[in-house]
Amino acid sequence: MKWDEFFVTGDPLIYGADVSIVLTVIGILFYLTYFKKWKWLWTEWLTTVDHKKLGIMYIASAVLMLFRGGVDALLMRVQLATPDSKFLDSQHYNEIFTTHGTIMIIFMAMPFLIGLINVVIPLQIGARDVAFPYLNAVSFWTFFIGAMLFNISFVIGGSPSAGWTSYMPLAGNELSPGPGQNYYLLGLQIAGIGTLLTGINFLVTILKMRAPGMTLFRMPVFTWSALITMIIIVFAFPILTVALALMTFDRLFGAHFFTLQGAGMDMLWANLFWLWGHPEVYIVVLPAFGMFSEIISAFSRKTIFGYKAMIWAMVIIAGYSFLVWVHHFFTMGQGELVNSVFSITTMIIGIPTGIKIFNWLFTMYKGKISFTTPMLWSLGFIVNFVIGGVTGVMLAMAAADYQYHNTYFLVAHFHYVLIAGTVFSCFAGLIFWYPKMFGYKLNERIGKWVFWVFNIGFNVCFIPQFILGLDGMPRRVYTYSAASGWGNMNMLSTVGGFLMGIAFLILVYNFYYSFRYSERENTGDSWGLGRTLEWATTSAVPPHYNFAVTPTVDSFDPLIKMKRNNVNLKPKIEDIKKIHMPDNSGVPFFMASFFFVAGFGLVFEWYWMGIVGLIGVFITLIIRSFDKNEGYYVSEEEIKETERLTV
Amino acid sequence: MANPQDSLSREHGGIPWKHVIGYILSIILTALALWVTFETGFSTRTILIIIFIFAFLQAALQLLMFMHMTESSEKKSKLTGNTQTGNILFAAFVAIVIVAGSVWVMGAGHGKHDHHKMDSKMEDMKMDGDMKMEHK
Ligand code: HEM
Ligand SMILES: [Cu+2]
Repeated sequence: MKWDEFFVTGDPLIYGADVSIVLTVIGILFYLTYFKKWKWLWTEWLTTVDHKKLGIMYIASAVLMLFRGGVDALLMRVQLATPDSKFLDSQHYNEIFTTHGTIMIIFMAMPFLIGLINVVIPLQIGARDVAFPYLNAVSFWTFFIGAMLFNISFVIGGSPSAGWTSYMPLAGNELSPGPGQNYYLLGLQIAGIGTLLTGINFLVTILKMRAPGMTLFRMPVFTWSALITMIIIVFAFPILTVALALMTFDRLFGAHFFTLQGAGMDMLWANLFWLWGHPEVYIVVLPAFGMFSEIISAFSRKTIFGYKAMIWAMVIIAGYSFLVWVHHFFTMGQGELVNSVFSITTMIIGIPTGIKIFNWLFTMYKGKISFTTPMLWSLGFIVNFVIGGVTGVMLAMAAADYQYHNTYFLVAHFHYVLIAGTVFSCFAGLIFWYPKMFGYKLNERIGKWVFWVFNIGFNVCFIPQFILGLDGMPRRVYTYSAASGWGNMNMLSTVGGFLMGIAFLILVYNFYYSFRYSERENTGDSWGLGRTLEWATTSAVPPHYNFAVTPTVDSFDPLIKMKRNNVNLKPKIEDIKKIHMPDNSGVPFFMASFFFVAGFGLVFEWYWMGIVGLIGVFITLIIRSFDKNEGYYVSEEEIKETERLTV
Repeated sequence: MANPQDSLSREHGGIPWKHVIGYILSIILTALALWVTFETGFSTRTILIIIFIFAFLQAALQLLMFMHMTESSEKKSKLTGNTQTGNILFAAFVAIVIVAGSVWVMGAGHGKHDHHKMDSKMEDMKMDGDMKMEHK
């Protein structure tokens, strides 16, 4: 391979990206060196095993990926705004929709949710940290490295271009030569390790680390939703792992699992992909449901309506989400019996979701509602998500889906569920728990601007796409003729897209503005409406050990009961005991770095490099196995000082 | 149970009925499988189906009787035991859905002619030239 093949060349957009990447890296290096921040970065962040810090890093990475995926989206919208546009050529357009979809689902939605889960869940169940803090760091770093590996594809070697679904034979060597598709396979594989570990970690954390008295049916809805999500992750992600590995064998070692020759089954890829893919959509929407439940209940000043129904709906969804996957390829030709069965299962899965919508409405009914920004996002969610759900049921009818499938109608459907569900919840949750992470709130006035601009933009962008879809515009086309008559609606859609982009910029400005000017919180219950244990900490940002004295729980919404009984949350001095905490470790960071080396080597089929990387991974595993370090104790004095307790 | 010692001592004294019953049932199932195989005139296919059923029953039996699947390490808490049982049942459910579901879906309708159609499909796609695998 020659150097001019190694770097992607020939496109001014790419050169622009090259320059900005180099400048950003130089800027960061300069900042760290000039302000002597290297040590701080290493000890406070790169080696941390604290769930709150890992959560913040997850969220920061997700916001970064939202930016990257958003730029991809706007490039596509510019290209489609007018008929016969020459802004992007077809190959470039294909690459962009592929990276957009993959990044948004795998590297934006999931990490954003996992980040919020990381920050909130251990606090919400009254735990000191997760069950396996070291493993949690491994999760984060493998996700992060997987994301970075995937992201560099557009400047080094070329991006994948077979869609986020990577159907075979299109994604095979014959039709997608070069390293692009390998980036997809290895980036997802490495990040997938992290996701699977997170699944196990939080499953154990929620089952085993709850504060005394918090029975399963006293767990907050968000904790329940996280539990169910982790179960789905643990059972669904191995399918993706195996499918990715098989396709990697096809591409790298000439195997024939999904190829057209050698009795491979190209359709089996689609089948396996969606066996993971449909559970995946519930992985990214159940935590969203959980967060909306917390927010709606808090700002309506009412306990959640139909708690048990909420929980059972999620339990049913967890099992049921494995029974509908064929609705993604009704047109593949498996015949009317199979299609009818999956048509029906798909329509049924709308029922538990519908139940939840009513529960939220009844929670608000006769509540004293505060229209804060997290609440606005929740209300926006209910309205918009219903549109997504109803169109989903339309798509569920196999016969009708022959018309809708792979048109913009489908595109509009899944954006209505994913943006109104997942993205709205990430914004809502981020704003709601922001004071828990940073000790101050995001500015509400600016936040309302973000909400309205984004909401209007969202609908202006995607309602026209329903119409375009019904009018026959297929998805994943890089241009269309003026004669098709699709020009106006596309232009409108692009305008909406840019409104969302502007809203994102206002949000980023709000991060800065609030950092400078927001009033600092001095109680743990920043909104004054907290119902669950994460608001029962003594300071706005909990200390690294979370609770000086583990709280005991004797009801659902425990903080409400404590407030009613005027329980003093400040720990009593005689209750303070030394606390056992895990040590920081740099090993997860190095392990992930070796994964990067291995992944990069395999992407270019430089096997020596792949082997070196994997040996490195093994060495870090061995180092960990012989690591006798068993953590340390936070002394009573230190706790008393942190909690400002005096004798 | 006041302390873990209790359960230990209980297992040492008296007859461990659980294990005895499990053992006898396992022997019966094995003997039945042998009998079906050697003494009945069923077709090989039928025999295979029957002994597979016996095998699954026995696996479940052993998980229950010998592997302490439903027992919990925590005193007064059924959680671990129930979680394990639920976990294994759900795992079995997902495994069956994946395998049986895939076989059913891939084998149904036009899908089942996939292999016979292979040649014409390749011609359709007019890719014969590019179809040679690039081994690097
Ligand atoms: C009311 C429940 C839902 C129903 C009945 C439903 C139904 C469907 C159907 C039938 C399709 C395939 C249409 C086609 O390809 O022609 C589809 C696609 C899709 N749905 Fe849903 N859906 C529902 C909820 C959701 C949720 C909650 C999410 C995610 C948060 C979601 C995300 C997606 C995605 C990402 C796709 C398209 C993937 C692709 O082809 O690239 N759906 N939905
Ligand atoms: Cu689906």
